[in-house]
Amino acid sequence: MATVLRGEHSENRLPAMLDTIGKKGLLPISFLLLWHWITTSGRVKQILLPSPENVFLALIETLSSGELVHHLETSLVRVMEGFALAAFLGIGLGMALGLSPLLNQMAEGVIQLLRPIPPIAWLPLAILWFGIEEGSKVFIITLGAFFPIFLNVLQGIKQTNENVVEVARVFKVPWPKFILKVIVPGSMPFVVAGLRIGLGYAWMCVVAAELSGGMSGIGYMLMDSRALARTDRVLAGMLAIGAVGKSMDYLLQWFERKIIRWRRFYNGI
Amino acid sequence: MAALLQRDIGSRGAPLLCLSNVFKKYVNNGQELIALQDLSFSVFPREFVCILGPSGCGKTTLLRIIAGLEPDYQGMVTLEGEPIRGPGLERGIVFQEHRLLPWLTVNENLELVLHKSNNGDRREFIHSYVELVGLSGFEDAYPSQLSGGMAQRVAIARALINKPRLLLMDEPFGALDALTRLRMQQEILRIWTKEKTTILMVTHDIEEAVYLGDKIIVLSGRPATIKRIVEVNIPRERKRIEPQFLQVRQQLYNELMQE
Ligand SMILES: Nc1ncnc2c1ncn2[C@@H]1O[C@H](COP(=O)(O)OP(=O)(O)O)[C@@H](O)[C@H]1O
Ligand SMILES: [Mg+2]
Repeated sequence: MATVLRGEHSENRLPAMLDTIGKKGLLPISFLLLWHWITTSGRVKQILLPSPENVFLALIETLSSGELVHHLETSLVRVMEGFALAAFLGIGLGMALGLSPLLNQMAEGVIQLLRPIPPIAWLPLAILWFGIEEGSKVFIITLGAFFPIFLNVLQGIKQTNENVVEVARVFKVPWPKFILKVIVPGSMPFVVAGLRIGLGYAWMCVVAAELSGGMSGIGYMLMDSRALARTDRVLAGMLAIGAVGKSMDYLLQWFERKIIRWRRFYNGI
Repeated sequence: MAALLQRDIGSRGAPLLCLSNVFKKYVNNGQELIALQDLSFSVFPREFVCILGPSGCGKTTLLRIIAGLEPDYQGMVTLEGEPIRGPGLERGIVFQEHRLLPWLTVNENLELVLHKSNNGDRREFIHSYVELVGLSGFEDAYPSQLSGGMAQRVAIARALINKPRLLLMDEPFGALDALTRLRMQQEILRIWTKEKTTILMVTHDIEEAVYLGDKIIVLSGRPATIKRIVEVNIPRERKRIEPQFLQVRQQLYNELMQE
C-alpha cells in the first residue's frame, strides 16, 4: 500500500542518488573541512579540539578495544528499561486521565508541580533511594521519558474528533469497542510522537545521569576520557551518542509508518 | 393541521415519526437564536420524505433532534408513539459529511457499528451491505482511498446495517459533483425500494426533493417554520422533464424565492 513509485525509474537511480548525497552532504563536508583546517593550522590546541582524523582514530581504538560497545551497551540497557517503564506508565496513566475527567482533575495539580522539575534534579534523591548505579539511572530515565509520553497520550485522547465520537454515540458502539477502535487508533499519531520524544529524552537523561556519577556507561566514558585528557575519545563518544540516538529515532519512525498506514504525511511544498 | 393528520392516519395507518410543536433555540454568548419554531409533521412507514429549506435555516438541527443527539428542545418527538430519548438503533443517520473513521477500512467501519450477536455470518452480513451500495471489491480500502460518492455510499451502508425503521439523511449528496449526485439519487431510490425502509432526507436542492420525495416539507428561512407540505403524486420512475415534474418544481421554486 505504501509502495514508493520512484523505484520504477531504475535507470535514473544513480544520478538521483548522487543528487541526494550532494544535497545532504554539502554541509557536513564543509564542516569537516573547516574543522580539519582549524585544528591542523596550529591555532587550536589538540586538547581543546582534536582534529577529525584523531577523533576518527579514537573511534577505531575504542571500538576495537571493545570499550565503546561495552559502555554503549550498558547505557542502552538502562535506556530500554527506563523507557519501557515510562511507556507503560505514560500510556496507562495518559489513557486513564484522558478518559476520566475526574482522575484528570485530581491529578492535574501534582502533574503541573512535578513537570517543570528537570529529571536530572532528581539525581541526588534517586541516588539516596536507588543507589548510584542502575537504580538511580533507570529512575531518571523513566522520569525523563514519562512526561512527553504521558502528555502526548493525554493530548491524543483530548483531540479525538467530536464528529467521530458522535458517530459512535449515534450507532451505540459499546465502550470497549469505542476505546479500542475509535480512541486508541485516533490518538495513535500522538502516542507515537510521544514515544519518539520520550526515547530522545531517555537517551539524553542516561548520558546526563552517567556524567554525574557512577562507573559505567557512555557518559562515564566521556568523563573518564576527559580526566585522562583524551579529548579525542570524548568527541568519539559524543559521535557515538549522536549515532545511537538517531538510530533509535529511525527505528520508531519506521514503526510509526508501519502502524499508521491510514495517515497521509505532508512532505512540504 | 390536526384535520390533515387525522386524514393521514386514516389512510396510511399510524405514523412512524411524529413531531408536534418542536421548538429549538441556541444561545450563542448570551444571544438567543431561534433555530426551529413550532414544527409539526408526521412521517409514515415506507414514505420518502424530503425536508427542503435554505442553508442555515435549521435543517441539520431538526435532524439531530430526531436522531436523539440534541436533547435540549421543546415540543414532542415520537417514534411509533414512543417519545425519543437519545440515539437508538431504530434510527440510522447519514451525516452531511461522510464521517467514516479514517483509520478503519470500509469493512471495519461497518463492523464497528454492527450490532448482531451471531458472530458466524457477520462478515457475510457486512458484505451484503457493501454489495447493496455497490462497493464490492472496496472492502479493504481506507476512506482516503475512496471518492466522495463512494465514501457517502459507505456512510449509507453504515446507517442501514442495523436495519433501522427510519433512515435520516442530512444533505447526503450536497458535496458531490452533479453527475455523481444524479447517480446517487437513483441509487438511494433502489436501496429504499429494496430495504423497504422509511427515509427522511434533508436537502436544499429543489429538483432532488421533487425527484425523490413522496412528500416535501418546505421550510422557511431562519427560524425554520413549515411553509408548506407538498405531496408529490408523480408516479415513479420520475422523469425530470415531464410536465408534472416541472410544474411541482416551479411551484416550489416560487415558494422558496418569495422571502
Ligand atoms: N451548536 C450550535 N450552537 C449554536 N448555534 C447553532 C448550533 N448549531 C447550529 N446553530 C445555528 O442554528 C442555525 C441553523 O443551523 P443548521 O441546523 O446547521 O442549519 P442548516 O442545516 O439548515 O444549514 C444556524 O444559524 C446556526 O448558526
Ligand atoms: Mg445542515
